[in-house]
Amino acid sequence: MLNFFQLIIIYAGIYALMAIGQNCITGNTGMLSLCHAGFFCIGSYSTAIICKVVGLPFWFSLPVAAIVSGFVGFLIGVPTLRLKGDYLCIATLGLGEIIKNIATNVNPVGMMAVPRAELFGYQFSSRNKFTFILLVWFFVLIAYLLFRQLAHSRLGRAMTAVREDEVAAQANGINVTKYKIGAFILGAAVGGTAGCFATAYTLTVQPGSYTFMVSVMVLCMVVLGGMGNLAGVILGAFIIEFISYFPQLVGLSSVIPAQASQIIYGLVLVIMMICRPQGILGRDRYRYGDGRKTRRSAAVKKEA
Amino acid sequence: MRILETESVSRVFGGVVAVNKVDFHVEQGLVNGLIGPNGAGKTTLFNQITGMDHPTSGRIIFDGKDITRLPAWKISRLGIARTFQNIRLYNDLTVIENVMMGLHFKVGSDPFKGRFVQAVKSYFNAGKENRELYSKALEWLEFFELAPLKDEFARNLPYGNQRELEIARAMASEPKVLFLDEPAAGMNPSETAHLMYIISRIRELGVTVVLIEHDMKLVMNVCDNITVLSFGQKIAEGTPDEIKSDPLVIEAYLGREEE
Repeated sequence: MLNFFQLIIIYAGIYALMAIGQNCITGNTGMLSLCHAGFFCIGSYSTAIICKVVGLPFWFSLPVAAIVSGFVGFLIGVPTLRLKGDYLCIATLGLGEIIKNIATNVNPVGMMAVPRAELFGYQFSSRNKFTFILLVWFFVLIAYLLFRQLAHSRLGRAMTAVREDEVAAQANGINVTKYKIGAFILGAAVGGTAGCFATAYTLTVQPGSYTFMVSVMVLCMVVLGGMGNLAGVILGAFIIEFISYFPQLVGLSSVIPAQASQIIYGLVLVIMMICRPQGILGRDRYRYGDGRKTRRSAAVKKEA
Repeated sequence: MRILETESVSRVFGGVVAVNKVDFHVEQGLVNGLIGPNGAGKTTLFNQITGMDHPTSGRIIFDGKDITRLPAWKISRLGIARTFQNIRLYNDLTVIENVMMGLHFKVGSDPFKGRFVQAVKSYFNAGKENRELYSKALEWLEFFELAPLKDEFARNLPYGNQRELEIARAMASEPKVLFLDEPAAGMNPSETAHLMYIISRIRELGVTVVLIEHDMKLVMNVCDNITVLSFGQKIAEGTPDEIKSDPLVIEAYLGREEE
């Protein structure tokens, strides 16, 4: 049982990384994209190829996966980001499927026995789940801090402006195309690193697993937790992972088919859209100037 | 002095000639009115100038520079700010965040550093930069008497304040020319009077204003010179008094008398 909870926490961490990437694209910049499974696939293959075929350590594959996914995000972004809303969604869905299909055709059997990630001689294996949790969540924390800083900077605000009103953003001197492509590259890069950890954990890569459903799941996490709220999307990742492992957790996996979780995602989304469209935690509210100053001056007073 | 000039600008949508060889010019430091009946092409001309759309033919010169084909975000960086006929605020952001967005390119425009370096800098210096932007934005809100509403969401503001906020956001970028597209539309008389006061204060700051408006009382009161468009063509220009008595303008607005 404990083992199983640990498994859920590991997968929640991996998906939280994906959701952070998706949040950058959908939550901050307002682009409805459905190709995160594709970036996940690229990240997984990068690790598998670098560790197994090239023979370099796992740590080397992390930046490579981020750069390669980011570059693919750029390639996907440039032609599709002129599209809006539903059209963008369909176009990115198609491109995500193309990535999956290329992988399936080039490497139909997948890759097995990828070497384990190592740190100072310690091997991260799926048998010792606890250290793996630390590894994954350490990177979730880093991604969280980096993207929180982004959201609260001038650059992040420009992304928000693009989400709120593209025309007004242009009138305020914001290069809309640049910010859209930038958000797509960043989102894709984080999605790629999530793929690295998935490979490091399972030590196999299976091209059939990067389906459209993965992208939908990630989007669900973002919508559920609260678009544009990083803590929210991480919470969303937890909830969705918990739902998807619920049948096994309560020992009813023989009664409840695996596809049932998809029905539950759908239900959760419908209920959320009706009752709380802004997500569980809603939008992230950052208080500029005043709020910080008062907090700081309060702290100073305490010291005095 | 003419700060902005259009040289026979035309914009054709399919078979419709929305703007037809218009020579429009803006005098520096004055309030320039642009009036005309509905569908005369006023907003279309605004869109050509601010880069939201590009002319089919003709040239637009701003401050001695050809800006005809520049994208909107570059034009606004040169010092042309605008508001919109149907208010375009960042509804899910607070009032002060809206104004901070107007200041977006005011920071990080150090000509000695590359764009990328500036982006990295503003990423790591976000806290300091935010405080600077915040205090600047607050000054603008005080100028427009919106400071008490600073933490309110833009969408929750009353209509008149939303209009003012849009002007505040445009003014935050310290433009050379401010384009106002029907700022008084839907306002009640007291709100319009306040708007008149705001426009006169903007003029005092030395900012050139271009105003599209249907409210003739407002136009005749605040404008120094007026250009009249009708069916995409310029039919008259001059001081408010000249425009009031121009037979072509009266015809365009009221129609011709049957003989």
